[in-house]
Amino acid sequence: MCGIVGLHLKDPALEPRLGELLVPMIEDLTGRGPDSAGLALYDRSVPDGSLRWSLRAPAAGYDWSTLADSLAQEIGQPASVQIRADACLLTVKAPADQVRLRLGEIAPHVTVVGCGEAMTLYKDIGTARQICDRYGIELAGGYQGAGHTRMATESAVTTRHSHPFSPAPDLALVHNGSFSNHASIRRRLEDGGVAFETDNDSEVAARYIGDRLEQGDSLDDAMRMVLKEFDGFFTLLVTSRDEFAVVRDAFACKPLVVAETEAYVAVASEYHALATLPGIDDARVFEPQPEEVHSWVKS
Amino acid sequence: MGEVVTQVLGPPVTEIVLGCSELTTRQINSRLRDLPDGSVVRITGARGTHNLAVGLRHRLAITIEGNAGYYTAGLSDGPDVTVEGSVGWGLAENLMRGVVRVRGNASESAAATAHGGTVIVHGDASSRAGISLKGGTLAVAGDVGHMSGFMAQAGTILVGGDAGHALGDSLYEAVIYVGGKVRSLGSDSQIEDLTDADVRRVRDILDVAGRDAGFDHVDPENVTRVASAKQLYNFDALKNQRY
Repeated sequence: MCGIVGLHLKDPALEPRLGELLVPMIEDLTGRGPDSAGLALYDRSVPDGSLRWSLRAPAAGYDWSTLADSLAQEIGQPASVQIRADACLLTVKAPADQVRLRLGEIAPHVTVVGCGEAMTLYKDIGTARQICDRYGIELAGGYQGAGHTRMATESAVTTRHSHPFSPAPDLALVHNGSFSNHASIRRRLEDGGVAFETDNDSEVAARYIGDRLEQGDSLDDAMRMVLKEFDGFFTLLVTSRDEFAVVRDAFACKPLVVAETEAYVAVASEYHALATLPGIDDARVFEPQPEEVHSWVKS
Repeated sequence: MGEVVTQVLGPPVTEIVLGCSELTTRQINSRLRDLPDGSVVRITGARGTHNLAVGLRHRLAITIEGNAGYYTAGLSDGPDVTVEGSVGWGLAENLMRGVVRVRGNASESAAATAHGGTVIVHGDASSRAGISLKGGTLAVAGDVGHMSGFMAQAGTILVGGDAGHALGDSLYEAVIYVGGKVRSLGSDSQIEDLTDADVRRVRDILDVAGRDAGFDHVDPENVTRVASAKQLYNFDALKNQRY
């Protein structure tokens, strides 16, 4: 059992309140996943051409400024940091591959949680409340967010094993369920040059979708291919810079409730996680049918 | 058409109000269990709370305001429960006796394993409605999702609207009536001719469901009867009397 929440704002007036709206949603699903939690948040504060990196230190008190200076020197571009507890958001104007390579050389012990033009990603062991408090999620603004509370069933409880998984810049996946043929798909992807960070089954779905997108699929098509290729139980929420998409397996084994109003699209594993949202009593509330991909594009 | 006049006999019954924002689910269920037969209760502020009005073994009239969560009125034997909104998974699971009414929609596995009683959903019910039904009645005015009636052993399911894929898969003795379309039948379920007894059975369910339950479009003489083809189901109660 795990919990999924997501919020895709249509009304810009709600954007300053993204974190404030998401925190009670994810906290409500602590019972579905008490061992780890994570959130991918999307905002427009990154300067054009730059990428913002969500990094985690190997230990508290890590010297992020020195890391930023060394990186800036290596790639010849200024790098700025925002520090939140043991996490750091590092913004730099350079291609993703180049930064990832340099970070690996300069700071091999630092964990790259994700990167993007819009996405920041926080995830860790602990309850949703602890993670939200640690990283000040309640105060975060933005136009979209995806969150997960994890109850691990098939792989270790570590930061890396927790959700969301980010296989590409601005792409995040959260999963409730379990895949039964993930090892075969992992081997095939590895043969094609895709690198994995954990032995988690959800990471396989994330990398699979990332790979399909890289090959030119739309997000909807990539999610339909998940239905074709993956065996198991799943409700997936996948977010990119502009898109927000959900799908459930052929048996609808894992729950999902969608609430849509003029102001937002919200999803959660259980309805009561949506009950605190403004205007929820007038929302169109429905459960996606099995094998139906529902997606919303940021206008 | 005559008007139905309800005459209240005896002293007026005071409605007891239990609020989900003031009381925990355990406290609410415990308070319900301590009430005498005939009590009238309103549960407020449910907002999707799970396990409301479960495990009750006496005659209470309970109204839940708004939407309720999973397992609403489950494991109960006697109460009359009305949810004014929608409910989550496992509505009236393992109901033994009583009436459970949902004015909105029900999520997956409504009336799962219900041995008795009547579960009425005014809106739609999701996948696996009436799964493993063991003798109760499930009436859904709208549509039901895929695999409804899966392995249902006894009892009746009435679907006013359409039924999703694999209806009645691996059915035993339960019978399903569908007012609308059947998207597909499950393994070992088949469409059978409607008998006079079937028409009476549907009419009786509609009488219990009541006029305001959204079944107006259902014509008891024009529903599809789905029952077991008995190709997978080989138990014979009379043979050797052993199972």
